Amino acid sequence: MQLSSETKIKSVAQPAQRRRKYAKLLTILLFLAPAAVIYIYFVIFPVVQSIYYSLYKWNGLGPITNFIGLDNYTKALGDKTFTTALSHNLLIAVLSIFIQLPLSLMLALLVARHMPGRSIFRMIFFLPYVLSDVTTGVIWSFVYKPEGGLINSAISSLNLGEPQAWLGNTDLALFAVFVVMCWKYFGFHLILYVAGLQQIPADLEEAAKIDGASTLQVLRHITIPLLGSTIRISIFLSILGSLQYFDLIWVMTNGGPVGASETMATYMIKNGFQRFQLGYGSAVGVILFSLCFIFSIAYQRVVLRRDLAGSGALT
Amino acid sequence: MKRRSCLLLLMLVFGLILSACGDPTATAPAAATTAAPATTTAATTAAPAATTTAVATTAAPAATTTVAATPLPTAPVAKASGLSGTVNWWHITTGDPGKAVWQSMADAYMKANPGVKINITILENDAFKTKLTTVMQSGSPPDLFQSWGGGVMAEYARAGLLKDISGDLKGSWGDSFNKAPLEVYAADGKYYGAPWDMGAVGFWYNKALFAKAGITTPPATWTEFLTDVKKLQAAGITPISLGEKDKWPGHFYWVYLATRIGGKAAFDKAYAQTGTFADPSYVQAGQKLKELVDLKPFQSGFLGLTYNDQAAAMGEGKAAMELMGQWAPSVEKDQSSNKQGQGENLGFFPFPMVEGGAGDKDDIMGGGNGIAVGKNASPAAVDFLKYLTSLESQKLFGQLSLALPVVKGSESAVANPQQLQIQTSVNKAKYYQLYYDQYLPPAIASVIVDQVQGLIAGSASPEAVAKAVQESAASELKK
Repeated sequence: MQLSSETKIKSVAQPAQRRRKYAKLLTILLFLAPAAVIYIYFVIFPVVQSIYYSLYKWNGLGPITNFIGLDNYTKALGDKTFTTALSHNLLIAVLSIFIQLPLSLMLALLVARHMPGRSIFRMIFFLPYVLSDVTTGVIWSFVYKPEGGLINSAISSLNLGEPQAWLGNTDLALFAVFVVMCWKYFGFHLILYVAGLQQIPADLEEAAKIDGASTLQVLRHITIPLLGSTIRISIFLSILGSLQYFDLIWVMTNGGPVGASETMATYMIKNGFQRFQLGYGSAVGVILFSLCFIFSIAYQRVVLRRDLAGSGALT
Repeated sequence: MKRRSCLLLLMLVFGLILSACGDPTATAPAAATTAAPATTTAATTAAPAATTTAVATTAAPAATTTVAATPLPTAPVAKASGLSGTVNWWHITTGDPGKAVWQSMADAYMKANPGVKINITILENDAFKTKLTTVMQSGSPPDLFQSWGGGVMAEYARAGLLKDISGDLKGSWGDSFNKAPLEVYAADGKYYGAPWDMGAVGFWYNKALFAKAGITTPPATWTEFLTDVKKLQAAGITPISLGEKDKWPGHFYWVYLATRIGGKAAFDKAYAQTGTFADPSYVQAGQKLKELVDLKPFQSGFLGLTYNDQAAAMGEGKAAMELMGQWAPSVEKDQSSNKQGQGENLGFFPFPMVEGGAGDKDDIMGGGNGIAVGKNASPAAVDFLKYLTSLESQKLFGQLSLALPVVKGSESAVANPQQLQIQTSVNKAKYYQLYYDQYLPPAIASVIVDQVQGLIAGSASPEAVAKAVQESAASELKK
């Protein structure tokens, strides 16, 4: 008798529960739909389209008819200019991690403290990031001008050495552009670190100081380890940015002179769009995308594992 | 206290941001050639970019001397044709008086033909190239639009995006043009546009600096040219101004040397691929160029300088000569810091002959401007184009120094002595070679300018340059 009434209650409860579940799912889908549609149309679809174009030889006009399979990919990977561009990207990434990030960290440590005028300094350090890349490129092109530019004028009037053709020298061009990249983006990383530093409870450092730790020891054993997740994110963004970098290089050197500051993105625009070879350009784009994608996934799974654990991002 | 300091800080920040905008005239020319995130085809076709920015922004300074003295001449009266329809016309003459002249011509035509409506869209050079590429890819080109002819126009023609006007050109309209400029707007034997300007590339030189170095007459042969370069260096003068970051200024040297050494025959063979771009004449062209480069005749840091910097150096009298097209005097004037340029002190001499070369000493390399016809253009559009390229319209352009007119009989309207010198050279030439970076398909053009930049920078040998160009030609020209 009891059993049947229980089953009766259960059988009445189930459909209602399922309906609520479906209603919940429907609501979620309804709210997700607009964002999903935009994302698919503007992000997923063009990627798929690029992969499609990359299998053809196409000049961008007229119908797409010339199927050549993976020829574009073999051509790209075999092209010395492309592999040099890739090496430049990696060089920028390495330089960023070992020069730009420590610089941002040091300044962040200074600015996070209670020092007079610290908000003014934070604003000044963040200011270059606010400028557009094109404006920055044009301004710094004037600074680097071989005759009459700020740097060469300073060098000759203060007798600091030989004035150089900074952007015209094949050996110096990439490093000259890197200096500008540092100048522009260190503010962004600085703000990240300042935010991270503010999350470290002051009592820990005070306690360590009371126990007799020197500033350097506090830094090494408390501050930096606790800043760990911020540093890892900073490195992640830095490497991704370096792999895709385009703007400043295009404006300041156009990948030159003679490909000395070429990156994968400038190579893609020149060889794809400007040479009316959209199939080839798409192939280069897909290679760039794959590199970034693989790096992203690998980095998140390996390095950011602990940081993202519990957030559901790694499931 | 804190609020006030915050306010002060905010004002300081705004001040800094505004100062970053800078002097528009200083950054605009730089931006025109280097603000390329929006640019698609600018790198190889920047020669026309210079042409058109010159016509567009600097035709104003060139013509202000005549315009200030006399009011703008009225556009010639148009013939009533009884046609009707809408004509969408895109041009890139953003400066006056060119812009006003085009508009007045459209107005005159509409007055005589009330059934026709002409919509003019004016775009800046690089914006035009980007917008045109997009519109071409969507398959609906404008009815009339700016074109430099050659390989790029041919790409559009082969994709079926242009209207074949060969039929309209048969007869008096086609005959009115000088032959060489009209041929630039032909592809595969059919015509798709009409020229309104054709010039030439040659050496513009500073007469005073030449005199200072003890050079009495401009060089006529390559050996004399190299000797003159050394004389200028001995006198402490920078012999040649070159902005090789843009790549196309340097390729002029290679193309001219190839034209002098191999002549029309060598180019025709290479283009038809019955010969190759790695043939001896092309390798020799590279070797001759290397001879010049080894003398280190360019200004310091030239690999990082743009064409505008090159023009500025000439305009300010810092270098003795540059190899550039008919727009050079106005761009030099516009780019110089005092906006005066060299004026009467600027002379022109044609590219020297290379001893033993198969080419003719009068052969010309250069380019100009024209209007192409889109596939959806109505008969009214073609008739309007006839009006724009009529003798009176062309004379008006020549008078205002807005163009070197291409219609027979319009030469008399050109008053400027330097432009007249170029016009005479163009008319004298038996062979007219459109600059390679416009004539050849964009892919080859791009390889050429890149390779020649490498040669000038010392990282590519003449043989390697010729070989690379041939490889690209082989894959692009075997249609």
